[in-house]
Amino acid sequence: MIANYGYKDGSGEYYISIDTDKCIDCAAERACLKACPQQMFEIITDDYDDEVAWVKKEKTRALAYDCAACKPAGGYTSLPCTSACTPGAIKHSW
Amino acid sequence: MNAEVAAATAAPEKKEFWRWQENTWFDETKNWKDAKIITCGIDVGSVSSQAVLVCDGELFGYNSMRTGNNSPDSAKNALQGIMDKIGMKLEDINYVVGTGYGRVNVPFAHKAITEIACHARGANYMGGNKVRTILDMGGQDCKAIHCDDKGKVTNFLMNDKCAAGTGRGMEVISDLMQIPIAELGPRSFDVDVEPEAVSSICVVFAKSEALALLKAGYTKNKVIAAYCQAMAERVVSLLERIGVEEGFFITGGIAKNPGVVKRIEKLLGIKQLETKIDSQIAGALGAALFGYTLMQKQAAK
Repeated sequence: MIANYGYKDGSGEYYISIDTDKCIDCAAERACLKACPQQMFEIITDDYDDEVAWVKKEKTRALAYDCAACKPAGGYTSLPCTSACTPGAIKHSW
Repeated sequence: MNAEVAAATAAPEKKEFWRWQENTWFDETKNWKDAKIITCGIDVGSVSSQAVLVCDGELFGYNSMRTGNNSPDSAKNALQGIMDKIGMKLEDINYVVGTGYGRVNVPFAHKAITEIACHARGANYMGGNKVRTILDMGGQDCKAIHCDDKGKVTNFLMNDKCAAGTGRGMEVISDLMQIPIAELGPRSFDVDVEPEAVSSICVVFAKSEALALLKAGYTKNKVIAAYCQAMAERVVSLLERIGVEEGFFITGGIAKNPGVVKRIEKLLGIKQLETKIDSQIAGALGAALFGYTLMQKQAAK
């Protein structure tokens, strides 16, 4: 399942997509949890009883702001979350 | 000031134009006492609450009503509304699943499941196994969902940041125009020329813009048409992000508004699959069906 967390508003589309099929058998031992400086992710049991990462509910409406520090303007060449997620389950839309 | 602007800006009448039809239905050809497994789905949304009863995996009855200011009470009232009609008690129900915005506040639920999974499951029942793309136009959010032939979610996207393109937005326009909400859709087609969509992306600003259009000489029907078009454009842009596959289905209260639905179909170039079941109960129906599957799994152990 591709789960998209985020929103679209007048300034653009801000979604973090998590491919739960890749996330279920995580080869990176849930490295996304520690890699994100903003602690955006947590592990939940989804509706189909799979343990997967998701973006915390309270974080979904502020992605543009919370993720800004990890974007190139913040001095990063790659996003810590996507780099840490070796299964390639995490993607950003912007 | 023209008459329509004066009517819209005057002190509101006590009549609640936004108030949609609450609804109770049950299958009179069947007796729930004959069922081996009775499951219930309770969808406590931000605007409406539904209780659906499923007997041996088949829809038996439902109650749809306005959500009050207390989620547990809304859940109880929704279920009580259908149980009273058929002489059922809570003890007669084998399993209850809560879903929707207030799903964790259903006091008698055995399990809570997200409305995303439940709408997909409900749409699969209502529209058949050809359903692949679901647009759930809820009271205060909008979701685009892809599912497989069993109703399992494969992709989803939710916009809950603003009320544009939601049922609450339509209620606001209904009250502003002082036209019953059920009449908005049909009246939106009663225009000589289809107007441009309302441009504001926010319900609050759209309300101001609707008033400005009335002031500029638009008829009420033309303003409603402009608003329906705006709602359609907003949800289509949401759908386009995950793509639209054949087997399109709309759930939620707005699915009953042809003014929005026809415009969505026109923008997408695709017709939605039809159903005879009330689109507003999709989430609660899916929840009840999840409950039935869980009961079957337990019985098989």
